[in-house]
This record gives sequence, C-alpha cells and structure tokens, in this order.
Amino acid sequence: MNRFILFVPLVGFTILAGLFFLTIDRKDKDVLPSPLVGQPFPEFEMVSLETGEVVTRDDLLGKRALVNVWATWCPTCKAEHSFLNLLAAEGIRIYGINYKDEERKAIQWLASYGNPYRWNLSDTNGQLGLELGVYGAPETFLLDSRGIIRGRHVGDLNARVWSTLEPEFESLP
Amino acid sequence: MLTEAYGALSSIPEFGQLALIMAFVVAVFQTVVPLWGVHRNNTLMMAYARPLAAAQALFLLVSLVVLAWCFVVDDFSVTYVATNSNSALPTPFKISAVWGAHEGSLLLWVALLGCWGVAVALFSRSLPLDMLARVLGIMGLISTGFILFTLETSNPFARTLPSVPSEGGDLNPLLQDFGLIVHPPTLYMGYVGLSVVFSFAVAALLGGRLDAAWARWSRPWTTAAWIFLTIGIALGSWWAYYELGWGGWWFWDPVENASLMPWLVATALMHSLAVTEKRGLFKSWTVLLAIIAFSLSLLGTFLVRSGVLTSVHAFASDPERGVFVLALLGICVGGSLLIYALKAPTVASVGRYDWLSRESFLLMNNLLLLVAAFAILLGTLYPLLIDFLGMGKISVGASWFNVMFVPVSVMLTLIIGIGAVSRWKTDQTKRLGRELGLAAVAAPVLGIATPLIVSGELNGQVILGIGIASWLILASLLDVWKKCRGQLQRIPSLSLSFNGMILAHIGVAVTVVGVTMVANYSQEESVRMSVGDSHTLGDYRFEFVEAGQIRGPNYHADAIRFRVYDNDRLIGELMPEKRRYTARGSVMTEAAIDVTLFRDLYVSMGEPLENGAWGMRIQVKPFMRWVWLGTIFMALGGLMAMFDKRYRQPRRSAPSPSAIAEATA
Repeated sequence: MNRFILFVPLVGFTILAGLFFLTIDRKDKDVLPSPLVGQPFPEFEMVSLETGEVVTRDDLLGKRALVNVWATWCPTCKAEHSFLNLLAAEGIRIYGINYKDEERKAIQWLASYGNPYRWNLSDTNGQLGLELGVYGAPETFLLDSRGIIRGRHVGDLNARVWSTLEPEFESLP
Repeated sequence: MLTEAYGALSSIPEFGQLALIMAFVVAVFQTVVPLWGVHRNNTLMMAYARPLAAAQALFLLVSLVVLAWCFVVDDFSVTYVATNSNSALPTPFKISAVWGAHEGSLLLWVALLGCWGVAVALFSRSLPLDMLARVLGIMGLISTGFILFTLETSNPFARTLPSVPSEGGDLNPLLQDFGLIVHPPTLYMGYVGLSVVFSFAVAALLGGRLDAAWARWSRPWTTAAWIFLTIGIALGSWWAYYELGWGGWWFWDPVENASLMPWLVATALMHSLAVTEKRGLFKSWTVLLAIIAFSLSLLGTFLVRSGVLTSVHAFASDPERGVFVLALLGICVGGSLLIYALKAPTVASVGRYDWLSRESFLLMNNLLLLVAAFAILLGTLYPLLIDFLGMGKISVGASWFNVMFVPVSVMLTLIIGIGAVSRWKTDQTKRLGRELGLAAVAAPVLGIATPLIVSGELNGQVILGIGIASWLILASLLDVWKKCRGQLQRIPSLSLSFNGMILAHIGVAVTVVGVTMVANYSQEESVRMSVGDSHTLGDYRFEFVEAGQIRGPNYHADAIRFRVYDNDRLIGELMPEKRRYTARGSVMTEAAIDVTLFRDLYVSMGEPLENGAWGMRIQVKPFMRWVWLGTIFMALGGLMAMFDKRYRQPRRSAPSPSAIAEATA
C-alpha cells in the first residue's frame, strides 16, 4: 500500500474544515420553503419583553404584519435593525420574537438602536421558535390580517430583499 | 431561596469555578508529564499518569456537584441557574437542569471525560506502562482543550452581579421530564467513551504497536462506549416520541444525525476490532475507524453549537465559540489524521483470506456501515455545501435520508445473517447453504405471510422488512442450535461473547420488525371531540369522558379523561394533558399512551375549539415498543460480550495460539 493513500482522510478533513471555517459566520440569506406557509401562526401566551404584560396570538390579528425573529447574539440582526426601523417609520406593523436571548441585553439593545416593534415576545428558551421551525436568527414571517403565515424569509431584511417581498406583503389582506 | 442581602452572597459558585480551573491545570500536567516521561523513558514520570487522571476527575466532579448545588439551593446570582431554573421547579429537574443548556452540558461532557480517564487508570493494570502513559496523556490533551473551551467561552459559574434576580427563568418545559434526566448523560457517556478508543488508537500509532494486543485492549472500551451510545440514542428517540406530542420517533434532525453517525462507525469499529484481534488483519482500517468514530462524535456534539449548522433544538450559537470549536476539532481530528498518515502501517497484513470468509463479510458490513454514516454526514452538510457553492438553497428532508438509509440497512441485515455463521479464512458455499438453507426458505415465507395476516393484502415494504428480520433471527437461532448441538441446556455454557453477539443481532431484527410495522400499519386521525363523544380507530374505541383542570407544581393543565375500549371491552383510561408552565407561559402537550408489547395507543390534545370541544390526535401504532426493545437487546448483547472471561484473564502482550483457536465471536 502506498503511503499516499493514508493522507486521503486528512485531505478530506482539511477540505471539510475549510468549508466550516468559511461558512461559520454566514447566515442563510434567501427564502426557505416553509411547511408553515398557509398555516395559522401557532397559538402562544407569553409575556412582552417591554411591559411584561401577557400577549397572545389575538394581538397579532387585524392588519397584515411582519413577525421578526432576532437576538442580540446575532450580528446579522444588528445589520438589519436600521432597515426595520425604516419600515416601522413607514407604518408597517412589526412584531418581534426575541429568540434565545437575555432580556436585559435585549432591552438595552432596543434602547440604544431604536425599537421598530409594536411589542416583543421573550422567547428565552426558544419554545416558540421551535414551533415555528426557526432555523436561525434573523428570520421574518409575513402574516395576513387573520394571522395566517403567508411567507417566510431567512436572513436579514434589506432594501434588495424588501423590493421582492414588498409586493407580496402589500397584496395580503 | 437566596434570602440574604447582596453582601451575604454565597461564595460556593467560586469554588466550582476554582475546581474547574484546577482541573484544567491538572489536565495540562496529565498531558505533559506522562508524554514527556515516554519520550525520556522515565518510569516515574509515566507513573504520574494514573494519579493525575484521578485528580483531574475529582476536580471536575467537584465542579459539577457545585453547579448542581447552586441549582438545588436556587442561587440565582449564577446566570446559568437564573436562566434555566426556577424556585418552583421540582428538585430532580433542578438537578437535571444542570445539563439543560449549553454551559452545563459542556461541563458534564468534560466531567464524564475525566471519569473515563479514571476508568482507564483503574482497569488497565495489565497495560504496559508506556502505553498507559500515552493513552492518558492523549486523554489529558483532549481534556485540556475542552476545559479551556468551557472556561473561556461558556463558563457556567458566571454571575449576574450586581443585580441578582429574585426568580429564575425556569427550565425549558420540553426538558422537564424523566427522559431528559437520563438521556443526555447516557449519550455523552457514549460520545466521550469513544475518546478512550481514540486515545488507544493514537497511542498505538505513536508507539508503533498496532497489533492484536492493542485490538484486545480496545475491544471492551469500544463496546462500553457503544452500549452507552445505543441506550442514549434509544432514550432520545423514546423521549421525542412521548414528549413532542406527535408520535414520531425519529426526525433526521441534525442533532439526532449527530448521534447516529458515531454509533454507526462505532458499530463498524467493534466488528473490525474483532478481525484485527483474531486474525491480525485490517489494522490500518481499524485504527482509522477509531479516529473517525471519535471525530464524528466531536463533530456531532460541537457542530451544532458553532453556528455552522443550526438545528431547531440547538443551543444559541455564537461565532466566538464557533471559531474555538473549529480550532479544537482541527487539532484533535486533523492532528490524529496526520499521525495516522505518517505512522499507519503500509505493509499488507500477513494473514490471507478468501472472498468467501468471515473476514470478507465483516469487511462488507464495515463498508456498508461507513456508507450509511457518510450518507448521513452528506445529508447533514449538503445544504451547507450547495449554499456555499452558490447553487441555491435546498432542504434535505427525511425522505432523502430514508432513501439512502433503508437499502443499506436491508443489505446489512442480510449480511449479518451470513457473516455471523461463516468461518474465518475460508468457507464453502455448500456448507453455508447447509447451515442457512432453512432460514433462506422460511424467511420469505414469513415475510409474505405477515402482511396477508395483518391486513389481507400484500405490501412490498412489509415483505422485505419482515423477510430480512426473520432471516436474521432464524440464522442466529440456527447458529445457536448448531453450537449447542441441539441441547438447549448447553446454551449458558457457550461463551458470553457468542451469546452476546446472538442477542445483539436478534436485537437488530427486532428493531427492524418494529420499524417496518410502525411505518406501514400505524393509524392516525385528527378529530374534533367533546364530552360524551366516541371515536373508533381500528379495533379501538376512544370515549371522551370528561375534561378538567390539573394544577401541577409549576404548571396548570387542561386534561381530558378518555376510556379506551378494545371492541367492547374496557382496557383502560388515558389522560392527555395540555400544560401551561407559569414561569414562561409556554404550552406543552403531554400525550397519554397505553402500552402493550404489540401496540401503542397514543392520544394527544390539539387546540381547544368552541363549546368545550377539543381537536384530538389519536393514533394506533403497532409494534412500537419493538423499535426500542431491539436496542435494549443490542445493548445487553454488548454488555455480555464485554464481560467475556477472556478480557478478565491476565493479558498477554500477544494472543497465544489458544486465543486464536477459541475464536468464536
């Protein structure tokens, strides 16, 4: 047997490790098909991050809205935050799910970068995220006025992404 | 409760941290001193390996106990306790909350690594000192890396000072369950146990003694780790089945895949070690498997925490941790593969074997297990790769894994049947035909008969599944019959490792039966029901008797009492619950399950509807228990093989001719 062959596992592993290293900070940037599209947003009863009051699924109803999953540990969320502020200023309803995060850090974050959300849920242990099939933060769900999930975007929202999502969002009841 | 004023904070958590730092220092010594001793041929320094391993384990256990203590006394000044516990949490769950999230489970991981180190120090009296020093030195190196990782990026003893919360955030309700008390430690024991085999392999490579003695030392450790992995995976599947509330038992989630891959490779390794020990063949292959098995268990444990792969029930990922984990993986896996490339023997092994022999069947089994493991690895990493190459997004669903995994399992099951009865070196088709002819005829008959009896119509999957399972069971039983020469009372006097092998192989068949039946004959319906309603599914009638409320220690629950009738005979009551945990306001579905050996009746609550009605999910799952029963057989079989007397005999540095002659397993 040639010693050369014995290097094959090492080479394979090096390629794999290189791939890991290059993808370590990448987040999925495009729309993932979600089995939840067309389904009602899951029932929940959780406390609001800002006020500590109980919010439920009923508080999402009435007007089309975005539900944004974010966390302070996620650098991409920081990148998308100013764009969310912009959308909120245009009058678009955005609800936040603060995902697997620490409340203190989250409140501080909203105080320093501005708060585009109507309200935020603290999903500290990721329970709601589990039900939503959240893949990583940030993610954004498009909801119609009856609380049905109409679309899902994985990765940050920005002007380019929004130019494709906006027509879809504006057409929702 | 922490009742003292801020100034009177308990300092116990600091002792936990101090113990962890001490463990780190000891681990550094455990790496340096024995390995330097080997280098300088200094017996005294080599002899330090044992006491250092014991000291390291002691400090790690102190650290773990301190963390558990912080949970038990509700010390919410510790951030990790405050995020994962609550004063209303029952005490057993407070203890299991120690490994309920990233930091604590990492501490558990390193503590178990320390325990395996002590086990090696204790049960290796007959190991040559330089080998022992190398093994424990390498284990010390692994410890050093992972304790440093814990201290640097994931310290479980960090405090929330100066403002100490008065109440904790509670443990994730999904994890408040018996299954989660036992599942992670068992699985981690398996993962970490593979580090022993890994260390033996690297030590043998470094020392240039990749021989039958090395294989003999490695075998019981491999089997021990494999037993823990087997039970750990089965517990995880069982937990998901009753706790997630939808009756599935395997989801091909990255975290599950992460546990299955090392299991498959460890299975291959156990068999390959047998060939290396008995026949001195496949040395380079076996040592590579030992490295791959531990690498995959590292990859599995840590990839989901690094931000490279995300799973819905993963830990919050953090790029800083990711880089650290990658560096550790690079050193462990890359380093060992480099040593392998430089040191593995290139000379062809001396022994010869025919294509029709036990060696070839074991080799085929090895290749199939590796194919299965790499198919899963590929499926887990494929989305990442495709995305990286800019070829778009894909999700690899359960169907892909099933397409890959099922054919391989079928072939494996067929080969186990032949391989286990075949002879070393060379065998004859005629002899194998005589041994297995009966099984080969009876298996297809049983396979075809089963679907006809159960449902009255033929079903290809059932014929195949039951056919191969019958083949394996019959082949194993015929083998026993032959070995005990038709006298059943002689079975106990056959070697433990032979009986263990038979039991484990029958376990595989039992699991195959369970999977086949559940996949093909489960019945499931979602129905709207209110008080007094009945719903019939298969032979069973489910009667909605009453709905009410239950108050638990840290939750309120809606509950429904069902009576279940088998045709008209009352067979029991089932009470599914929907719990709302007060601390987080999160809702959990508690399924109610009526269990017998041949079917599970599974009732879980969906959404409340108007007028007191509920959406109910009712399932009848035949042979569900067999899926896990098979794994229990496998684990027991492994246990028997591990306690075979030849591992307890005073060991020789090379197997004597009699050891080769006694070859059975």
